[in-house]
Formats: sequence, structure tokens, C-alpha cells
Amino acid sequence: MNTQTAIKVAGVSKWYGAFQVLTGIDLSVHKGERIVICGPSGSGKSTLIRCMNRLEVHQEGSIVVNGIELTNQLKRIDRVRSDVGMVFQHFNLFPHLTVLENCTVAQRWVRKLPKRQATEIAMKYLERVHIPEKANKYPGQLSGGQQQRVAIARALCMNPSIMLFDEPTSALDPEMVKEVLDTMISLAADGMTMVCVTHEMNFAREVASEVVFMDGGQIIERDKPDVLFSAPTHERTKRFLGKLLH
Amino acid sequence: MFQLDLFLQAIFSAPLFKGALLTIGLSICVMAVSLVLGMGLGSMAGSPRRSVRWLVTLYVWLFRGAPALLVLLFVWNGLPQISEVFRAGWFTPFVAAFLALSLIQIAYLAEVLRSAFAAVGRGQQEGAAALGMHRWQIFLVITMPQALRIAVPSLMNEFISLLKTTSLATVISLKELMTVSQFAIATSFRFLEWYGAALVYYLVIVSVLTLAQYRIEHVLSRGYR
Repeated sequence: MNTQTAIKVAGVSKWYGAFQVLTGIDLSVHKGERIVICGPSGSGKSTLIRCMNRLEVHQEGSIVVNGIELTNQLKRIDRVRSDVGMVFQHFNLFPHLTVLENCTVAQRWVRKLPKRQATEIAMKYLERVHIPEKANKYPGQLSGGQQQRVAIARALCMNPSIMLFDEPTSALDPEMVKEVLDTMISLAADGMTMVCVTHEMNFAREVASEVVFMDGGQIIERDKPDVLFSAPTHERTKRFLGKLLH
Repeated sequence: MFQLDLFLQAIFSAPLFKGALLTIGLSICVMAVSLVLGMGLGSMAGSPRRSVRWLVTLYVWLFRGAPALLVLLFVWNGLPQISEVFRAGWFTPFVAAFLALSLIQIAYLAEVLRSAFAAVGRGQQEGAAALGMHRWQIFLVITMPQALRIAVPSLMNEFISLLKTTSLATVISLKELMTVSQFAIATSFRFLEWYGAALVYYLVIVSVLTLAQYRIEHVLSRGYR
């Protein structure tokens, strides 16, 4: 097993004003690992994942991604972001651009690739998420599941070594959840390093190397999915899983 | 009574046509500069620094509050009293009108654009930032086009309103449409024909702008239909 560290979060705390959202978070993710973070709403799980590409700024501790520590230096932030893909709960596709343009815009502006090459790469990943025929449509013309798959393709176009998923299926109609999860499962099968905030416990069971349970801005416990789901040690984990599985 | 031949003569007279060109030219210059600066001011309104936001508010308050006529007269008559610079030959009625109307238009456009920028969700910026795009790239490629789509109807309103406000520049003897008409009336006393001709010019220009608005809205709303 490859034990190189992809993300190392050490002693990270964060406050919104006087309210502490993260308290002394320690978490390392090795290359090729797939970490699922779960926990009740308000537990800080989204905030944590958003700190990993500095969409949120942490006030204490350190976060190192692929050997680069995240500080206020824009150069470092850009280097990390161009190597870390992110998929959002609400897709955040650009509504004024076509599906294809959504997938090429960062390649052209960040990677400075010529249009033809960017288009080729975009089409490759649109095929990978099974919607090449929608390339010239606008996001508003697609279903939620299709939009989320475009968002995944858009992130993959930057050839990231790590993918972050922030509740990628929470905004979807139930019948569309599967197509998105299937895409994520196939990514996992390819060995992508993934950190995923989700309540999809079957997904966690199937692909997660480890499941992290958070509550009140802290990591309560982390373990392999079958262990954590069948025999959680902490009372809070038990209560949360109990609610989720019923 | 109304004489059709005089009316037609007025419409096709060279001075009125030149006056119309001046009106259009001045409006376009003011609008172009105000769009750029209004956009700057409008995005500064969302600055995390309180002093910057305060400055924007102060500017908008001042130039939305001051009547256009007052600002025009202040710039044309007042500035030369303040500084030698404005007593030189370059400070023509056109320059003065351009300056005065821009000061006002910037304030109005800043307000329009501020709300348009705010209407583009934060998720758009985050989506682009997560892909590694820089702040100015995000502004140019992601935020601005979406904000403009939202703002086009209001911007066009402001443009049309500006076009008609240029007629106030007659008080500083800028030879735009209204000044030219009034000159003609002063010698001919044909009120109906000349006012009518000027009205036709305004209506034609505004009609063209309205058509342009539909066209622009149509283009910018791709993806929202």
C-alpha cells in the first residue's frame, strides 16, 4: 500500500466570530485513500472539507496538501486548487456557459491550453461520466444528476490528484443519486484519492477506506466502515447512525 | 399652423443632424466611462474594508442627490473658479458636459451593478476558485457576464435616461439636439416644426436602443431559456 500523505490536517481550529466550528482537528489522508466524513448538520464536516482547498480559512493548526502548506500566499493556494478537484452540493456549474465550456474554461484560463486540446480533454471526461451528447447544452437544460456528473467531469478535466466531494447527492432527487454515486464509485476504483462528505452509508460501506464521524466541530471517531457501522464506540456515533439507518 | 414641409426641412437640416450626432456621441462616451468606473465602484461596495464601502456610499449619495442641472452648471462655471486648469481652451462645453454627466451616471450605474453582482451567487465564485481560477479571471469570465445579464434592462433604462438628460447641457451652450432646435426657433419662431423634429430624433434613437436591448438580452440569456 502506498503510504504517501496526500492531505495532512494537524490541530486545526476555526471560529466564525465567537462560535467555534472546528476544534483541534487531526486527520491525514494517504494517497489512494477514500475518506468518508459523516455527522449531523452543523458538525463542521463541510467546513473541514472546504478548508482543504482554502475556500474557508482556518485560524489555528496547519493543513498540508501534497506537500504544500495552505497559508495566505495566493501562489500556494492556486497550486493546491489546481491539483484538488471539488464537487459541491449545489453543483455550482456556470449557467451562462455550455456544458463543454464549463469543462474547458479553467483548462484554458488556468492551464493555458489551446481550445482544441481543452475540448478533447473535456469530451474524454464527459464520456467518462456518460453524457458526451449534452456537451452543447446549457446546465439549466440538464437534470440534477446530469448536472452533478458534469461538475465531476469539470473537476476531472484539471487532472486532479485529489477529489473533494461536499455532500454531492444531498440536493438530488432520489432517483438521480445512483448515477452520481456510480460515477464516484468508478473514480474510487481507479485509485483516486477522495475525501467525501456524505450521508450515503451504502456508498461509504462500498468504497470508503475509512469513515470519519464528526460532531460539534470535533472528530469523534474514525474507523473502517464495517467496524464503525456495526460497532461504534461512542454514544454520539451510535445515536447518529441509529437515526440514519432507520 | 403646423407646416409639413418646414417640419421635414427641419428634420433633414444639417444642424439638427449634427446636434443629434453630438447627443449620441456624448451619451455613448458618458455611458462607456460610467460602465467601467461604475463596475469598479459597484464591486468596491462589496469590499470587506469598511472605509472603502463608506467611500462608495458617500459618492453615490452625493451624485444621486445632486440635480443634473446643478452639477452641469457647477462643473462649467464653478470649476474654472477653483483652478486655472479649467480656464484653458480644452475645457469645452462638451468636456464639461461629459465630466458632469459621468459623475452622476457613475453613481447610478454603481448602484445597478452592485445589486447585480450581489445577485450572482457565491457558489459561482467558489466553483471557479476551486478550479484554480484567479480573482480577476473569475470576475471577467464568471461573475461579470452573469451580472450584466441581470443588469441589462436597468442599464438600458439608465442609458435612455442619460440620452435625454444630455439636453440639459443646453444651459452650458453645448450644441446638442435641444440647443440646435432652440437656435432655429429663435430665428424662425416655428415651435411646432422644430420641437417636432427634435422629438422625432429622440424617439428614433430610443427605438434603436430598445431594439438593441432586446438583442443583447436575447444573446445574454442563452442557457436560461
